[in-house]
Amino acid sequence: MNVDPILLLFASIFTSNVVLTNFLGMCSYISISKDLVSASGLGMAVTFVMTITTALNWFVYHHIIVPLNIEYLRFIIFIIVIASVVQILEMLIDRVSPALYMSLGIFLPLITVNCAILGVTLFMQIRNYNFIQSLVYGLGGGLGWWLAIVSLAAIRKKIDNNPVPPGLKGTALTMVTIGIMAMAFMGFAGMIRVQ
Amino acid sequence: MQILLAPLAVSVISGVLAALIVLVDAIVNNYGEVTITINGEKTIKVRGGAPLLFTLGSAGIFLPSACGGRGSCGVCKAKVVSDVGPHLPTEIPYMTQEEIAKNIRLTCQIKVKRDLAIEIPPELLFVKKFKALVEKIVDVTYDIKELTLKLIEPNEIEFKAGQYVQLRVPPYDTIKEPVERAYSISSSPSQRDRIELLIRLVPGGALTTYIFHHLKEGEILEFPGPFGEFYVRDTKATMICVAGGSGMAPIKSILFDLYEKGVNDREIWYFFGARSRKDLFYVEMFRELEEKWPIFHFIPALSDPLPEDEWDGEVGLITQVLEKYFQTVIPTDSAKEGYLCGSPGMIDAAVKVMTQCGVPEEKIYYDKFA
Repeated sequence: MNVDPILLLFASIFTSNVVLTNFLGMCSYISISKDLVSASGLGMAVTFVMTITTALNWFVYHHIIVPLNIEYLRFIIFIIVIASVVQILEMLIDRVSPALYMSLGIFLPLITVNCAILGVTLFMQIRNYNFIQSLVYGLGGGLGWWLAIVSLAAIRKKIDNNPVPPGLKGTALTMVTIGIMAMAFMGFAGMIRVQ
Repeated sequence: MQILLAPLAVSVISGVLAALIVLVDAIVNNYGEVTITINGEKTIKVRGGAPLLFTLGSAGIFLPSACGGRGSCGVCKAKVVSDVGPHLPTEIPYMTQEEIAKNIRLTCQIKVKRDLAIEIPPELLFVKKFKALVEKIVDVTYDIKELTLKLIEPNEIEFKAGQYVQLRVPPYDTIKEPVERAYSISSSPSQRDRIELLIRLVPGGALTTYIFHHLKEGEILEFPGPFGEFYVRDTKATMICVAGGSGMAPIKSILFDLYEKGVNDREIWYFFGARSRKDLFYVEMFRELEEKWPIFHFIPALSDPLPEDEWDGEVGLITQVLEKYFQTVIPTDSAKEGYLCGSPGMIDAAVKVMTQCGVPEEKIYYDKFA
């Protein structure tokens, strides 16, 4: 598949946003979007992990998995790569910013099982991207997730200052908000196609 | 061929990544040697990377900590003078606004990553870690045990009557880590080579379960100490001591210390509350003390005496008895100080009675079990 990398970058941020069009990575997306600073921190961490793991997994897939003919093990191998990258990132964040480390809490190690990360890796493989495309797609996917969680956190902060019917408080209204955000992002859909 | 190749490929990939993690860990988590300055005078050199509480512990400086460094008691506070970043979410619940402004930190939560300057009460520099032999375990009531610990290393302790130690028991059964809890010393400070503790069984309590069901005479236990601000102020004011249950411990130490020092210039009243006869202990000991020490008055009281107790002493909650004595027996003209030890409920009630009866709140000292 031959897509211009720049086009792919914008497509993966807007038209094929992993959260809002594929609904991947919802768990931490909902839990960490209460506070703008931690949301942005997690977005940054996800972007970092997604870019690195997609590129790394491209390399592993094309230079180890395919030559050895062990495609059926790709899930295990992708996950091992993701887990190690997250582990290293965890140590780095703890060193550089203990406050961010504490506020991300359990969701930092849980990036390991954030399906958006594995999802982007698998899309990369299914769509048969080359290395540059994979790198750009990973970066774009991460930035898209970051944009989505920061927007949601900002919207939730606004909502906090307004009276909400008791039955809609918390997660319920967040889900409705995400639905409306997804519809808004559908507006970009006609511009670029990457599927 | 494939059957060998597939696992080999997965293991090689995992192995390479694991090696990478170990490498990053060695680089990132190596903080080297850092210097901690304490109270602007003493400096210690330590290895960085661990929480401040444990780092200080490894250097022989023991801050009090009731939970043993798990961030659940909020006791191990210290003022950090140098910059260690903003308060962590795990510290905030234990801090008042004032403490946050002064940069008081929970030392079990902050990691030593660079040179630090901290301020701690100077007496904590004298706290040592003791190793002691369990010499005797005596049941003083059905749910309170008196533990006699003979000190081995160091073999003598110096403390103020009323202070406590942090008894530590090893992991057992389903408890996987050592447990530490604070216990007041009940013996007099004149006895330097051994201490006594009173331990009441807390149903389901990690430390008391060990003491009651596992601990044998002849075992070795460890404890850092002594800690605490609960000791007698050197004045001439009349002392009103109130205790319940194992709250007996610090008061007993205080009273025998005063007696041994020959204090004879202040009145001392000791109100000790229990439910019924089976919860009452040391009565004979204090009756004897009362006989040979004219300034001392001992008033035990039962809240629910049983018929078979044949109790002819005071009846009622200890705070009711206290109020009655304030109104009838205790001279009203002298200055008074309150010394309380027991459950939070008892202390709150006793503080209320005392302030109503004219004891200034800042002259009421207490040791609340938490």
